[in-house]
Amino acid sequence: MPERQRHGASIGQPLTRRDGHAKITGAARYSADFRPEGLAHAVMAVSAVARGRVTHLDVAAAEAHPGVVAVMTPQNAPALAQSPDLKDNPFAFRLDLLQNDGVRYANQPIAVVIAETLEAATEGAALLAPRYDSEPVSVALGAGEIFRPETVGAGSATDEGSGDLAAGMAAAETRIEATYDTAAQYHNALEPHASVAAWDGDRLTLYTPTQALWIAKGRLAGLFGIPPENIHVVCHYLGGGFGSKGFIAAPQILGIMAAKLVGRPVKLVTRREQMFGPVGHRAATRQTLKLGASRDGTLTALDHHTLTLTSRHDDFIEPSGILSRHLYAAGAIATTHAVSRADIGTPIFMRAPGEASGSVAVESALDELALELDLDPLEIRLRNYAEVEPITHRPFSSKALRECYAQGAARFGWAARPRQPRQMRDADGLLVGWGLGTATYPAGMMQGEARATIRADGTGLIETAAQDMGQGAWTVLAQIGADGLGLPITQVELRIGDSNLPNGGLAGGSTGTATSGTAVDNAAQGAIAALAELAVNDRASPLYGAGNAGVTAADGRLARRDDPARSESFGEILARAGRTSVEAKGQGAGDPASRKTYAMHAHGAVYAEVKVDPDLGQIRVTRLVGAFAAGRIINPHLVRSQYYGGMIWGVSLALHEHALLDPRSGRVMNGNLAEYHIPVNADVPAMEAILVEEHDPHVNPLGIKGVGEIGITGTAGAIANAVWHATGVRVRDIPITLDKLLG
Amino acid sequence: MKAFDYIRATSVAEAVAAAARPGAAYLAAGTNLVDLMKGGISRPDTLVDVTRLPGLDRIERGADGSTRIGALVRNAALAHDATIARRYPALAEALLSGASGQLRNAATTAGNVLQRTRCQYFYDTASACNKRDPGAGCAALGGVTRSHAVLGWSDHCIATHPSDFCVPLAALDATVEIAGAGGTRSVPLEAFHRLPGDHPERETVLEAGDLVVAVTLPPEAEAFAGHSRYLKVRERTSYAFAVVSAAVGLAMDGDRIGQARIALGSVALKPWRARAAEDLLAGAAPTPETFAKAAEAALADARPSGDNAYKIELARRIVVRALTLAAAGTPDRVPALPASPFAPHPLIPSAGAPAHA
Amino acid sequence: MSFPITLTVNGVRRSVVLEDARVTLLDLLRERLDLTGAKKGCDRGQCGACTILLDGVRVNACLALAVSHDGASITTIEGLAAGDALHPVQAAFLEHDGFQCGFCTPGQILGAVGLIQEGQTGGDPERVREGMSGNLCRCGAYAGITDAVLTAHAAMSGPDVLPGRQLAEDAA
Repeated sequence: MPERQRHGASIGQPLTRRDGHAKITGAARYSADFRPEGLAHAVMAVSAVARGRVTHLDVAAAEAHPGVVAVMTPQNAPALAQSPDLKDNPFAFRLDLLQNDGVRYANQPIAVVIAETLEAATEGAALLAPRYDSEPVSVALGAGEIFRPETVGAGSATDEGSGDLAAGMAAAETRIEATYDTAAQYHNALEPHASVAAWDGDRLTLYTPTQALWIAKGRLAGLFGIPPENIHVVCHYLGGGFGSKGFIAAPQILGIMAAKLVGRPVKLVTRREQMFGPVGHRAATRQTLKLGASRDGTLTALDHHTLTLTSRHDDFIEPSGILSRHLYAAGAIATTHAVSRADIGTPIFMRAPGEASGSVAVESALDELALELDLDPLEIRLRNYAEVEPITHRPFSSKALRECYAQGAARFGWAARPRQPRQMRDADGLLVGWGLGTATYPAGMMQGEARATIRADGTGLIETAAQDMGQGAWTVLAQIGADGLGLPITQVELRIGDSNLPNGGLAGGSTGTATSGTAVDNAAQGAIAALAELAVNDRASPLYGAGNAGVTAADGRLARRDDPARSESFGEILARAGRTSVEAKGQGAGDPASRKTYAMHAHGAVYAEVKVDPDLGQIRVTRLVGAFAAGRIINPHLVRSQYYGGMIWGVSLALHEHALLDPRSGRVMNGNLAEYHIPVNADVPAMEAILVEEHDPHVNPLGIKGVGEIGITGTAGAIANAVWHATGVRVRDIPITLDKLLG
Repeated sequence: MKAFDYIRATSVAEAVAAAARPGAAYLAAGTNLVDLMKGGISRPDTLVDVTRLPGLDRIERGADGSTRIGALVRNAALAHDATIARRYPALAEALLSGASGQLRNAATTAGNVLQRTRCQYFYDTASACNKRDPGAGCAALGGVTRSHAVLGWSDHCIATHPSDFCVPLAALDATVEIAGAGGTRSVPLEAFHRLPGDHPERETVLEAGDLVVAVTLPPEAEAFAGHSRYLKVRERTSYAFAVVSAAVGLAMDGDRIGQARIALGSVALKPWRARAAEDLLAGAAPTPETFAKAAEAALADARPSGDNAYKIELARRIVVRALTLAAAGTPDRVPALPASPFAPHPLIPSAGAPAHA
Repeated sequence: MSFPITLTVNGVRRSVVLEDARVTLLDLLRERLDLTGAKKGCDRGQCGACTILLDGVRVNACLALAVSHDGASITTIEGLAAGDALHPVQAAFLEHDGFQCGFCTPGQILGAVGLIQEGQTGGDPERVREGMSGNLCRCGAYAGITDAVLTAHAAMSGPDVLPGRQLAEDAA
């Protein structure tokens, strides 16, 4: 294989976003910004009850409203080729697509009104005035029958552990047991789920936000009974996903059905209040941590039990206990999950599913243990540092967590922290507290494919149906492609966000850059090999006879390895060969052998400072320092932004987000952005992210781990611990709101 | 949103006549009304647009020292008016602690006074609400009630009034000037909003067609300028409704309090004037003990309407803090974080450990 | 009932006949004038993604009924740059990575322009954070946003660089 100019010219450079100009000028078109000719507007009506059936819709009133074109109900909804309840794989989540009059959760779609204008469709939906036969609902954690699920999260084992837990507990000199609740949270990407759908016979063009273009295409092909190649999904810009757009959701599909019903293009945009139900959420959890330790803080036993909720009709089990399998060494470990059903929309992956909710509980519990033992929180974490992955005892492919702790602590000034709570005040008399949390997230990979083309003009083209939801794929895949092709990045065109491109897999699970990046790198490598093949076999080339491995690619030229002066440009090689281009495909996937041998995780340490009003209980995070090690950093500028974003999600989890469900109706009572609080700018005063160097030869050839989710882990626990340190009050009901501190 | 007739009024008389028709509502900036219409909570048949009415966008100084704020003066313009900020600093601080810069640029004086409750059951049209549908019942009772009223509520309604602006207005004895079919009249702000009682649907003293044309601060209101604060506890640092808030003004008489004004926000269906506490403070020295007694008096009649007992204790503490801050003197400028506990302030005189960090 | 109105949008006079008084400025821009830069995140004044400059000040376009704003001047993200020359706030957002997914970005940028023009922050980071709190960013780009606004604030020293200039020129 030819040597390529890898890792340096573009990779590792803090380039600004290549999609930045489009985004700051308004030129970037998001799904709901498209307006095909003849567009009609659709608005969903959703259920006010959480269980029962719809007995009446005033369709006539809606139809009579000027501008209304049609009302789609179970009576006239287009037939589907496949039941939307068909569970042919664990990620085919059941969808409510107006196939019957049943209601399984509040805010479930029950009808769609299509009209000439958005205003008419909106009012048409209001005029439907549904009536219901409703049944008593249950939405509280632990209220229903509790059972042990078959798997948790994305097919992980429900229970896993090692060692003799009872013996570990018995051997402990200090034990703590504490139960932590985390609240139901809704993703609330700023861009609502939307679709602009246009049918041409049995061919569909769809503008919709999705983190996985090919998976969406596959699901739609099944539902509509058409070949996947008839479906063209376009999503160049995705206005935030966080897991809620991993799998195409009911509102998006209802827009497509509406377009079929009325025989013209339709735009359906989910209203904000309708996003609290049909597009997934992070389920509430109740986690019980039992820790046993010897006097020096060494964990002899770690028991992490999670109780959570799923919907009555489908399974997604928030896997809060999983991180306890990877994070701290303990003599014995047990991680178990249980679940009960409730009349709620099905929960789904939400930024760091499991790790986020699990981390806040584990990090809180560890500090509670440290208090018992009179140990510094950093000390107890170092004492239980996992040199190999607990339970499996596999070595880590790389793990610079110790450096993260050290660099973060130094930067934060952790050494000055008094051991006891309520010791620090600022000049205004506000309580000040410092807390620490360990960040961890698996360095997974999925499967993806890319195509690299070298064109006659010497430029490169990288194509993959990958997705940029803000993490920076538009930039980093071009960086990887540029180095792979030996081209300056200005000479590389990147095409993503279109389902006609090679399968880009899923932008999720912090795997996007590792997977797509590997595919791009492999494709580029293949394209250079194909080009070299042309040159080394061409007597007219200065590279003739050098052999494929005897050439290197850089700056748009192939050169002899043994004599770099003998070179020629990509364009010259193609021209002489009479070719307009060479191309190659590349795959991105984890290497099964190394993934079996090594445990692969990114790590970090987050230090938080909070201030708390001693009398009024209002809390503000005043400083966050996160130090993260996540393998090779393709673009430090954008990676820092990912860490910041994750850390702010940690603030949000610890202090803000909680859906308030009325236990009688099952409705989310604060289903809007005024009262379902996410942090505002003033909630995030000063942040710092330290990019700790880490070289990982095993995780993938480029050494990439994901960075999208790890920031939320560690942070929420660090804040919970800091609030305790400020106030002396340990709040175990997350989020920590001021009423819980008034005492 | 229901289709409506749109009338752009060119005079107050024309507006009042047009709005007297059943189903009519006044439209100014729409920051509250359009939101309510989108949610289906308000479904007017006619909107009478008053934004072009002449003369209502002025702040006028009366010969007697009063200040008349026109109904259409925008919240941002009012808060940033130099004389308003100097004479009624708590008013400016309250305005700037409310909503967002965008909303304050649009929202009007009268619109703020007339804003409806944020009770989730009022907003949720599938829930029973005596405000929306008299006699339907109150679904908030027994529901999610951590933000609901602790003063002045009834078995028919436990909602709160969400305005920040109205809290110092109540404290400062502001009056509301109303133009109606029978001419113009003034009503004290304190009497303008009604407690729910048996008729929560009757939110104010306004009759059909009545138009709020101005809010007036009396000459005495200026006496509190030197010792005046608005304090608002929120669940995030900004862009959030108050959990509880207080506006406080002290007219100092040497080292004693001559007169005190206290009003609480988000505790009742109207800004809650704490007169018993004021009486207790008049003539007293500004000490922590006195402030604590005033706080007790202010909340003497409070009782939880659900999961909100914490608001009572919180309100007491806010009263004490706001009095403490006011006694220390009004800051030269509205703080960077208006009305926030995180705005810089003198050392909190609270028992506890010494400063460390 | 139809309502003819005239607006000056990004310096261009546009006459529009509203067929429906319910149309908000946001839906007018997005669905009728093909100016989709302003985004609809909540449609209820709770997120700031629809922020535009209306007669020179930042407002939520989702809560403004178009019919009530006959004669108004509007600046949207599409009208902020002067040809190829980015507005200082745009340039600063790019430089400081003040966005990720980009959906809230037009609103953030117009919000920042409005905030700077209001002249209340004095370049104080805390006042900028407070002043930008009406624009939610779910990706969590706040650190970059604050830095960008501070940079742009410093750059926008005189009234001549304020974005109202094309409106002023149009009126002149």
